[in-house]
Formats: sequence, C-alpha cells, structure tokens
Amino acid sequence: MKTFTVVLTGNPNCGKTTLFNALTGLRARVGNYAGVTVERKEGALTGADALHPVTILDLPGTYSLSPQSPDEQIARDILFQRVADVPAPDLVVIVADASNLQRNLYFATQVIELGHPTLLVLNMIDVARDQGHEIDTEALSKALGVPVIPMVASEGEGLDVLRQTLRGQAKTPGTRHVIPREFNELPEGFGREAQAIETALEGHFPHRSRLAAAEALLLLSDERALSPDGGTGGPRYPETLIQQVQSARQRLEAAGVDWRSAAIEARYARLFAIEQHVTRETAPPGELLSDRIDRVVTHRVWGLLVFVAVMALMFQSIFWLAKYPMDGIEAAVDALAQWVGSSMPPGDLNDLITRGAIAGVGSVVIFLPQICLLFLFIGLLEDTGYMSRAAFLMDRLMSRVGLHGKSFIPMLSSFACAIPGIMATRTIETRQDRLATILVAPLMSCSARLPVYTVLIAACIPQRNGWPGLTLLMMYLLGIAGALGMAWIFKKTLLRGEPPMLILELPPYKRPMLGAVLRQMWDRSKLFLRRAGTVILGINILLWFLATYPRSSEVEEQFSQRRAQWKQSVSNPPTPAETETGLQLDHEEAGEKLRQSFAGRLGRAIEPTLKPLGFDWKIGIGIVTSFAAREVFVSTLSVVYNVGGDGENTASLAEVMKSERRADGRAMYTPLTGITLMVFYVFAMQCVSTVAVVRRETNSWKWPIFQTVYMTSLAWILAFLTYQIGTRLGF
Amino acid sequence: MRPLSTMTPGERAVVARIDIPPEQRGRLMEMGLLPGTPVELVRFAPLGDPVEIKLRNYHLSLRKLEAEKIFVR
Repeated sequence: MKTFTVVLTGNPNCGKTTLFNALTGLRARVGNYAGVTVERKEGALTGADALHPVTILDLPGTYSLSPQSPDEQIARDILFQRVADVPAPDLVVIVADASNLQRNLYFATQVIELGHPTLLVLNMIDVARDQGHEIDTEALSKALGVPVIPMVASEGEGLDVLRQTLRGQAKTPGTRHVIPREFNELPEGFGREAQAIETALEGHFPHRSRLAAAEALLLLSDERALSPDGGTGGPRYPETLIQQVQSARQRLEAAGVDWRSAAIEARYARLFAIEQHVTRETAPPGELLSDRIDRVVTHRVWGLLVFVAVMALMFQSIFWLAKYPMDGIEAAVDALAQWVGSSMPPGDLNDLITRGAIAGVGSVVIFLPQICLLFLFIGLLEDTGYMSRAAFLMDRLMSRVGLHGKSFIPMLSSFACAIPGIMATRTIETRQDRLATILVAPLMSCSARLPVYTVLIAACIPQRNGWPGLTLLMMYLLGIAGALGMAWIFKKTLLRGEPPMLILELPPYKRPMLGAVLRQMWDRSKLFLRRAGTVILGINILLWFLATYPRSSEVEEQFSQRRAQWKQSVSNPPTPAETETGLQLDHEEAGEKLRQSFAGRLGRAIEPTLKPLGFDWKIGIGIVTSFAAREVFVSTLSVVYNVGGDGENTASLAEVMKSERRADGRAMYTPLTGITLMVFYVFAMQCVSTVAVVRRETNSWKWPIFQTVYMTSLAWILAFLTYQIGTRLGF
Repeated sequence: MRPLSTMTPGERAVVARIDIPPEQRGRLMEMGLLPGTPVELVRFAPLGDPVEIKLRNYHLSLRKLEAEKIFVR
C-alpha cells in the first residue's frame, strides 16, 4: 500500500501552519532534514481512508524558488525532487494569502510551472473581503490552470472541501497535469535562450524532463543556481551546460536584457493582469486594525515602551515562573537519586548511577522549565506577528555591530539559557550573521551563572551600600558588552560578508493559536532534550569518573579508623554536637577523596596557569568539574571546602570561603579574587550543553571547538588583566 | 526623481529606478519592488532606521541604506 504524499508550500505568514495543524490534528512528527537544521514537519491526514493513507509534509515558508536561506533551499529542493529521503510529491498544495495576492502568486505560479499535480488554497479570504477585495475563485482557477479552494483556515472554513479533495485524490490519483503553462511574457531574446537551455537540460537529465522548463528559467536568471549547493544533494550541472548558460547570459547582457530581473518583471506583469481580472473592489480600504495597532506598537515613544515592557514581562516570567517547577525537578531528582542509592548495594555502580547518571541528566532537565517558557514566548511572539516588529525596532542597534534585527531575540533569550537562544537563530537567513550570533550568544549571562555569581558575591563582596546588586549588574553588562564587541570583531574578520540587506515583511497581527504554539514549544524542547541530553549524559559520566578515581586506600583506611573512633566515643542517642562531628567527618572524607582524584590532580596540574589570575588549585578543581555546567562550580567548592555537597547552603559555603587563607595568611576570597573569578565565568564557555547544541546547529565540530577556545582564552586574558591591574592598584 | 528615503510618512510614489547592484537586488525584486510599482512610505522605525513601506497590499521593511538607492517619482 503506497502512501499518498501531499506537499504543503507557500509564502511565510500565509496561514500554512494553521492549515497543516488543522489537517493533521496536531499529531505531526517533527524532526530535521538530514544534514541541515531545517525543521521537518510531517503528519497523517486525519480522517483519511485506512486503505489510502495520506501523508502531509509541511515545507518551510518560502518567497521564491531562488533560495536565500537553508529553509528556502530545502523547500526548493523538495519541489525539484532533489532530496533523497523525500518521495516525489503526489500532490502539491500551495497556500496563498488572498489579501496579499500578487506576491503570494509570484511563488505559487513558480510552483505551478513545475508541473506537479497542483492545487491552490486561497486562504484568508475573510481578510481580503474586509479590505474590500472580492476574489472570483473560478476565474482565478481558470487563469492559473489549477483547482482553487477558498478558505479561512483559522475558522475551519473550506477545510472540509480540501479534506474531501485530498481523500478523493488519494483514492484515484489524478493524471499528472503536464500543461507547461507559463506565467511570463518573456522578452523575446530571453525566451529563446531559456528554450535552448530547456532542450539541453532534457538531454542531460531525461528523467526530470517535466521540470526542465522551470529549471531552465531559474538557471538563466538565478545567479546562484549554477553552483552545486551544500549538503542537500543538488545536481552538479555538466560543464558544457554551465558554459551554455553563461554564454547565454553574456548574449542577453550585450543585447541590453537584464537576465536577473527579466523573468521577475515579466511574471509580476502577468500577475498584475490576473489580479485585475479576478478581483472586484467592493469598498475603499479603510484603516485596518493591524495598522492601528502598529501606530502604537511601532510609535517613536510608545513603541519602545511597549517593547521594553514585553521583554521585561518575558524575562520576569521566565525567571519567576520557572523557579517553581525547577525547584520541583531538583527535589524529584534528589529523591530519585536517594531512592536508587538506598535500594542498591553501595559501591561504585551505585555511585555512578546516582551521582553520574541521575545527577547528570538532572542537570539538563532542571533547565527544561526555562527552555519551555522561552520557547512558549518566542512562539507567541512569532505567531502574533510581534517578532518581526521587534526586529524592526531593534535593527538599528544591532546594525551598529554588523548584525541584523533578527539577532536580537536570540541574544536576549540567551539571558535565560544560551541553548534556546542558539536554536532561535534559525530565523536568520545569512550564514555569517547566524554564525556570529551563535558564537556570541553564550556570552550573555545565562541563568546557570547566577548561582556562581551569588556565592562569590556573598563570599567576597562587602554586603553593604548596594555593592552586591551593583556587582551583579556589572557582570550582566560585561556579558552584553563582550557579546556585542565580539560580534563586531567577528563580522569584521572571520565572518566578513556583504552587509546584510534587511528585507523584512511585517505581516498583519493575528490572534495566536495557543494549541499550536504549545505543541511547537514541546516539540522544540523535546528535540533539545533528546539531542543535547545524550551528549551531556556522556560528559557527566566522564566527569564522575574523573572526580571518583583513582581511589586511595590510604585515605579510606584513615577515615574508617576515624569513623570507628567516633562511633566508640559517641553517646546513645548522639548529642547534636556529636552528629555534627559525624557529618563533618563525611564532608572531610568527600573532600579528601576529591583532592586525590583525577579531577583534583587536574586542578593541581592547571594551577600554574591559574596562579597569574590569583586562583589556587581548589578553584582549579571547581573550574575543571564545572566544565560540564557552570553551576557545578558551587557544589564542587562545597565538597572541596568540606561543607557538604548539595550546594544549597550557599550561606554556609560563603562563610567557609571567607575564612579561607592563602599560604601567606592573606584572605583568599578578597573582592578582587571574587571579581576576577566572576569575570572568568562571564566569558568562559563552561557548558557542555551549549557545545552540543552548537555542534548540532552548525553541523560540524569546527565551530563549537573554535567557540570554546576563543571564549576560554578571552576569559583567561580578561581575568588576568583584572587581577593584575587590580593588584597593582592595591586591591 | 528622488530617493525613497526622502519620502515622508503617508506619502505615495512610484518606483522609478533601483540602483542597488544587480546581484544584490534579486530578492527585493522578487518581493515585488520593481520599477513601476506604486509604494507608500508608512513610517520610520523609532530609532530612525529601518523604514517601513507598503507595496502590493503588504508591509515591508528596508534599511535606509537601501532606501537611498531606490528612486521614486
């Protein structure tokens, strides 16, 4: 039994996703296309005949068949049947926004020309009607040569007709309509050249001859169509064909025809005529609600206030709302570890499972609430149309460092966690801009740095005159300055390219579809958990190993002797003071074991590199173990200073740190040490999850490795400068 | 003929010439901004850049840098 494959395509903001959700009932499978980080969404048509199942593939929103982003490239390649694991479409459903007819038909007619069996869904006819445009769908169908189904997808209007059509087509697939219909009146010379290339293409690729006319047109007019495209398996055109296309372009140029724009202008001229023919103006367009909203939201004063308010609300909720589930998860992970720990015989395996695996997975899951909330807000901002306004408002600021308005949200998101921030860079079209944003996003102080800052501020900074709050603010500002500065440097050097041209559509506002937004939030979070989770689990087990081995029998003997002494001397029941001594013994043993372990030795081994920063080997152990996740620094210090490993009693840890002395008797944790260490943590990568996500998003190890190296070097250099200058100044 | 960037909010005009280099203006033209297309300048962003225009019944935002190279009549 063969599955009938329907491909759903159309411009961004045409209501395609709403339609997809309505057809598949939110039960879509979401993944990535092989080798690229483009979201692949497919689902089964609900209510389809069991004997004739229908699969619907939702392509990324696309403006044209000459792609400008990986998203658009995948869409084009699927329509051209160049993606190996996607079957040829049995039916292409184009979704077009009726209120924005010409531009939507630009892409639609490009797709119709490909010659697949095609159907046009004319969505948002209610919006068009409100604006005074009545569209004659029958006349449009005649003009385009494909069936046209009018629809209001958000209200479910027209959905049944589409459903029935899809079911019918699946049962008796219509004959391929091979009308080589073209929506161009090309300048004569251009048409002739295109024809010649078409013939040549048919000769080279006989199995794709149906697409030849459309392909010839693209080859002739799209500069980049000739180069084999990265990753997606586009065809390598034979050298003779490339020569042919290039000489055709030269001939056209000599004849005064702009080969880049001739086809575009010809198509829009046709579309203008078609629109005139099928549309009846019923009323002069008044001011739309969306325009009225925009007068406030993009207003010189109100617009910025609204923006600041939206961002503040978003971040406050991420910090405060996420706090409760995070506490819950922490408690649950601890309880699980305790339960497993007590129901298994003690030993290395027990320790590996509780402290390596469970604690390791826990350290990822703990961020899930923040990630979910952030994705929820991003989804809402995207779905309502505010996201593009945010880019519109912030573009000026971001362009100062060579970035795009679209980089703003990913960078802002990174205050909560760099992972969703980096995943949010997918909306940035230019590769250089996207990479620059990914490279600097982890410099924004994320929530995992907060525990580190908190404990260092408590231990090192005078607790008066608002110094603690001011220090915290300074660290956040330092992160922002670092991110912007590095973005500027990268855009000037490594990722230099054309200054990005901003071509940003500002779609009308609409009510968000909450179900779909929630679903999308969950899909994206799941993707993070699955992919990042496995890497982090591995690294955590490795770190557990480093912190546990080698075991020293000397230490174990010493402590079992001391414990035996304590047991003999203890009264029954033990007094509180005696229980305290017992616990202290445990803490001392844990500390001693850590100092003897590989991690401890590593801490000592890197001490020479840390000395110029004013750090000792104990801090070194913290830096080594917190490579997986910054907040581990706090729990490691607790173990190193024999306070007990749960990291929750920041206050007691800070007390112990305050009394810590250097060899020469000076206090270890002076304000200068604290600030130096914080500066280090502002810039150092110290987060395996981020490395894993960058690896996935850039599809190579090159960038995550480069990022880790540059961030760690930057952290060391700035910490060095801080400490040395601070010391010279007498702090 | 004058640059689009000199228009005032609410003003309408027709695109006459696009002086952006051919290899960069492809997408702009595919979005329907072509010589002969009527445009309305809607507003400038609060920080002065970019600019929002309306064409073919939808809203598009461009930087001033580009708007200075698009000439209208």
